Amino acid sequence: MKQISTPFSKDLSSTLRAGDQVLLSGTIFTARDAAHKRLFDLMVKSERLPIDLHNQIIYYTGPTPAHPGKVIGSAGPTTSSRMDKYTPQLIEESGLSGIIGKGNRSDPVIEALKKYQCTYFAAVGGAGALLSMCIKKCEPVLYEDLGPEAIYKLGISEFPLIVAIDCLGNNLYLQEPLKYRKQ
Amino acid sequence: MRTIHFQTIVKAVNDLCIQAAYHLPADVLSSLQKSVLTEQSSNGRKILEQCIENANLAVSQHLPICQDTGFAVFFVTMGSELTISGGTLIQAINCGVQKGYREGYLRNSIVNDPLFDRKNTGDNTPAAITLDIVAGDKLSITILPKGGGCENMSALAMLKPSEAKAGVMDFVVNSVTRAGGNPCPPVIVGVGIGGTADKVSCLAKKALLRPVGSSNPDPRYDSLEKEILDRINMCGNGPQGLGGTTTALAVHIETYPCHIASLPVAVNLNCHAARQATVII
Repeated sequence: MKQISTPFSKDLSSTLRAGDQVLLSGTIFTARDAAHKRLFDLMVKSERLPIDLHNQIIYYTGPTPAHPGKVIGSAGPTTSSRMDKYTPQLIEESGLSGIIGKGNRSDPVIEALKKYQCTYFAAVGGAGALLSMCIKKCEPVLYEDLGPEAIYKLGISEFPLIVAIDCLGNNLYLQEPLKYRKQ
Repeated sequence: MRTIHFQTIVKAVNDLCIQAAYHLPADVLSSLQKSVLTEQSSNGRKILEQCIENANLAVSQHLPICQDTGFAVFFVTMGSELTISGGTLIQAINCGVQKGYREGYLRNSIVNDPLFDRKNTGDNTPAAITLDIVAGDKLSITILPKGGGCENMSALAMLKPSEAKAGVMDFVVNSVTRAGGNPCPPVIVGVGIGGTADKVSCLAKKALLRPVGSSNPDPRYDSLEKEILDRINMCGNGPQGLGGTTTALAVHIETYPCHIASLPVAVNLNCHAARQATVII
């Protein structure tokens, strides 16, 4: 189990390998479908991104509302492939060095991960209560009108992750099932 | 004729939404616990243990099991000797969803228009309701909050009758295998066979309601369920699609008569956070 803290430099990103178990602490940003579309539309128009994602990690999640007195509700990962259309350009233009989600990625995303030393982490989907316990701070930073799809800045402590696709293109979603396939 | 009041239904649906979001049914939890003992991948076992811990934490910390508290899908059976005063059944269910998602701190995940506006309705309505009228004077309401990740992996095939059992098996196994880690495996596989294109999709979803570990009353379909489950668990996807021998916890089949020209098959998956709750009024 590796302990890692943000900011997540590309040098650090490139030392991680698919299969590494990681406990991540520091600051990350949430963004899912609707926020990605807005960022993408800006990039298409060659406009400046309203958020600095250089050496940062994006977490694909849309949390449930916090109970009174609590930081956040349940907050597990959503399916990453829906962001595939937007991700290569976002990695290229923002300097993003890490992504947290669930499920396999498209070939263009994997090529961008390799080219820009970005690491793709998997969190356990459907474990939103468990993951929420590792979130210590939550503040909206952009697109608040999107509600659960807004961009939130999260302060996290020992957030459990697996490196699913590393900067060399090693991919657990392709490699691991083969070890257990019997047909 | 028995009469129940609109507000009685609103209150019942409010409670169902909250109960389903926070309490994983005992049959699903027990099946996850059994799978830890048989899973061959150490990573897979660790993921299954996290799924179990998550379900326990949801109760002890009062957090929804999953942040995707779903489309509010309902299966309702209403006795023909029952009337509702103060409003309609559909209105009452939608009012209950509005209230339950607000009071339960559940996520609103519905957009008003699928293609153009995509604006959040802000209260998780409208619900998706399947209604059956039966004999008697009772009202049975089941909620199956359905997450987008697993629902997006649904599949439908209008097979030729000559494709028979082998065609059905291949289609179901391939649908689950292709879904990879997206539907949050280990999944429960709902299979509909027969009817029409719309009917078979409903059957596949209804199949998810059967308790995990229960048998199909028809021995032929019971053995088909077991055969399909074994084949799915040989695909290697495992928990979260990250490798292993527990890709599915159960396969449930629902059937209906069909046209002489048709063999419709539908697959509807439920994630390991397979939530549902029922009330009978």
